[in-house]
Amino acid sequence: MKILRSSALLIVVGFMAWMMFNLYVTYDSRTELNDVAAYYAEEGLSEVGAANLVTSIVVTYRGLDTLGEVTILFLTAAIIGLLLKTEKGTRTTPVRESSEFLMTGARILIPVITMIGVYIFINGHLSPGGGFQGGAILASTFILLLMSISNKKIGHRLLDYTEAISGLSFILIGVLGIILAAGFLDNKIFSLGTFGTLLSAGTIPIIYSLVGLKVGAELSNIILEFNQIQGDEDH
Amino acid sequence: MIHVIIIILLSVVMIVMAFVAIHHKNLQVAVIASGIISLFASVIYIFLAAPDVAITEASIGSVITVSIFFYVLNKIRHEDIKK
Repeated sequence: MKILRSSALLIVVGFMAWMMFNLYVTYDSRTELNDVAAYYAEEGLSEVGAANLVTSIVVTYRGLDTLGEVTILFLTAAIIGLLLKTEKGTRTTPVRESSEFLMTGARILIPVITMIGVYIFINGHLSPGGGFQGGAILASTFILLLMSISNKKIGHRLLDYTEAISGLSFILIGVLGIILAAGFLDNKIFSLGTFGTLLSAGTIPIIYSLVGLKVGAELSNIILEFNQIQGDEDH
Repeated sequence: MIHVIIIILLSVVMIVMAFVAIHHKNLQVAVIASGIISLFASVIYIFLAAPDVAITEASIGSVITVSIFFYVLNKIRHEDIKK
């Protein structure tokens, strides 16, 4: 029985190796972009007007994918919240007080890191980065905040409302694109503006700020859930 | 040339850290080792001209994942003590 199973595994692995080897042998690197990529690279600048080409693809050409990713993240946060559900105010025993170093350091660092996060998602159409990256940096600020005030209870409400409002506005702007411009999530609702300035590229800065807030709120919510289960009825 | 040397050094450290993450007895050390992998990977992404990916990797891989792992480890340890 064991030999049979091992030989079956060996056959499967061998088949995969043969398939991959064929792919590897017949592979020759491209010397030019394929049609879609060439279109994005040539027309992206005049059609979308964002200095960061990656952003114009992520938010406008592939905007629906971004909406899907945000939805997946929302589902993840919701499921984690469901599975780690605790009764209200379960944290009976106080957690150890944060050290003075951590509290003072956090007081200095939190505004700075928050500013970097906000900068990254507001300037997503000009410089590298965008909604997801900025949101993740906001969430890492939230970790520092949670560690520095370990004794206080933090409510979900602000995070929940931020997430709901930004998600809804994202979809609303997408639908406005159908009415006022060429299609869902089209960024030409208002004029493209001067290339390379903060208020350029139509709705991209707005959409990316909303995505950043939403991602930040979702990740912070996940971390808050994990933080709330600490120190449950122990010691 | 100097870029190639830096990337090779970082890759070697990443491979060592991957072994540490798998084989170390202490789980906290293993989690930190996996965070170091993400941190160095983000440096390599910058060398490969992908700053977007580098920011994501640095913030999610080496901050958020590591802290979630620590939260879970802390919880599991307390459950063990209770039993």
